[in-house]
Amino acid sequence: MTNVPLLSVEGLTMRYGTRTGCADVSFDLHDGEVLAVVGESGSGKTTLLRLLAQELAPDAGRVRYRMRDGGVRDLATLDEAAQRLLARTEWGYIRQDATDGLRMSVSAGGNAGERLMAIGMRHYGQIRGAASDWLRRVEIDPARIDETPQSFSGGMRQRLQIARNLITEPRLVLMDEPTSGLDVSVQARLLDLVRGLVTELGLAIVIVTHDLAVARLLSHRMMVMRRGCVIETGLTDRVLDDPEAPYTQLLVSSVLAA
Amino acid sequence: MTHLPQLALEDVGKSFTLHLRGGVRLPVLSGLSFTVRRGECVALGGPSGTGKSSVLRMVYGNYRCDEGAIKVRDEGEWVDVASATPRRIIALRRRAMGHVSQFLRVIPRIGALDLVAAAGRDSGLDFEAADARARELLGRLNLPARLWTLPPATFSGGEQQRVNIARGLIGNHPLLLLDEPTASLDARNRAAVIGLARQRRDSGCAVLGVFHDAEVRAALADREIDLGRFTRVVAAEAV
Ligand SMILES: Nc1ncnc2c1ncn2[C@@H]1O[C@H](COP(=O)(O)OP(=O)(O)OP(=O)(O)O)[C@@H](O)[C@H]1O
Ligand SMILES: Nc1ncnc2c1ncn2[C@@H]1O[C@H](COP(=O)(O)OP(=O)(O)OP(=O)(O)O)[C@@H](O)[C@H]1O
Ligand SMILES: [Mg+2]
Ligand SMILES: [Mg+2]
Repeated sequence: MTNVPLLSVEGLTMRYGTRTGCADVSFDLHDGEVLAVVGESGSGKTTLLRLLAQELAPDAGRVRYRMRDGGVRDLATLDEAAQRLLARTEWGYIRQDATDGLRMSVSAGGNAGERLMAIGMRHYGQIRGAASDWLRRVEIDPARIDETPQSFSGGMRQRLQIARNLITEPRLVLMDEPTSGLDVSVQARLLDLVRGLVTELGLAIVIVTHDLAVARLLSHRMMVMRRGCVIETGLTDRVLDDPEAPYTQLLVSSVLAA
Repeated sequence: MTHLPQLALEDVGKSFTLHLRGGVRLPVLSGLSFTVRRGECVALGGPSGTGKSSVLRMVYGNYRCDEGAIKVRDEGEWVDVASATPRRIIALRRRAMGHVSQFLRVIPRIGALDLVAAAGRDSGLDFEAADARARELLGRLNLPARLWTLPPATFSGGEQQRVNIARGLIGNHPLLLLDEPTASLDARNRAAVIGLARQRRDSGCAVLGVFHDAEVRAALADREIDLGRFTRVVAAEAV
């Protein structure tokens, strides 16, 4: 276990014209750590994830990442090909809306296997085997490997996104409200799945959620955002049981029991 | 091993600011200092609301410590919980301190035995050892075996409390924080908890606890600290 963080974020700031997307956000994330990001709608959570994933360019600040060889790189200095490779191998990005994270007209097997092809695996049988393996791991019947996600339920689509992202065994996974819009029982199964994968694979995760119970269940640390700024951060149980900022107290008091 | 200080509070102060109540500040404690050595059990005393649970929670890093230092020994190194990073506190919880809270916070859909074993794995036991130790503890705490695979959400108060105690004890940490561990237990189970806690203390663990029950306190505590003396102004001051 190294002491160098996997991800190190410093002063990340981005504006959409005059509107603040994300203001001066800083944090470190180590291997196996789960960080929950909570905050009201429009507080900049998705913007933050997209900045981390290098899908948006910051106006200020930087994101450093510890590569597999141990070297720490400022992500903005990597060329596009290197960034793309990272995105396909080292990271996962589970989108809030599964239709943004999946290819809806491609089969489940194609979705799950795409990253393997992208990193140069050519053997069709191997790719199909790995895809079918991962479908099973996320509890999708491998018999449905040739169906497109059009015919999948919301929960199945989210699980397919997880399979599609985890097939290359990434070290860092970004999740944007992975359980919102799902029935409670479907949510529960998805959470159990994520919890299991976190312990089994030692993933580092940044998970955006509006559900404090999800944050309590999955995360070690929490970050509360408002108007683009981080207003409180700390151990998850500390933030939830002894919230300091007025807004965090409001957030915690508005749920029955998290 | 024994008699070495394991926990030291230095000039600890705590208050709550209730922003949803017009910013009222609720002072709880100030100037609290004491040490707990290995092989010793210290009880926190004082009337309801004096901050006994708050002290245990601050030591565990669950409540913020506003003033002073809370030093916990971790393999030869002192760590100040009041200023440590979350990551450091998580490591402390794995290796150095166990906490039995007043109420069990269950993880949904996980059976009692798994819940306890998971806490053991968190503190470094391998899969088999954690499972064996969890079975042993639940057995000694008289939790009926038919309940072991069930999630504790539907358990009675006393059953949940025993799962909670097993979770806190399984790690064999050098510091044990116990918040009313016998509150909802009958005489037989109270005796089982006393036996387990004593055994830990006598093998060199530092125990800090709140024991409402005089009999339990007499059986476990070597001395008592009355928090009433450190309680801040009685009436809350508005800011
Ligand atoms: N493409 C865009 N163009 C202009 N403004 C944008 C754009 N995307 C986001 N914003 C604005 O930036 C701010 C932060 O948006 P963001 O999507 O990061 O919020 P969020 O915390 O993810 O909210 P939600 O919980 O509703 O998903 C908002 O004020 C939003 O209106
Ligand atoms: N999270 C919190 N937010 C606000 N106030 C709190 C919080 N936790 C505790 N308090 C207040 O702090 C004071 C001390 O509470 P604490 O639970 O530590 O007392 P205690 O000595 O353990 O009492 P008891 O014997 O009843 O368990 C009480 O006035 C309580 O209302
Ligand atoms: Mg969003
Ligand atoms: Mg109490």
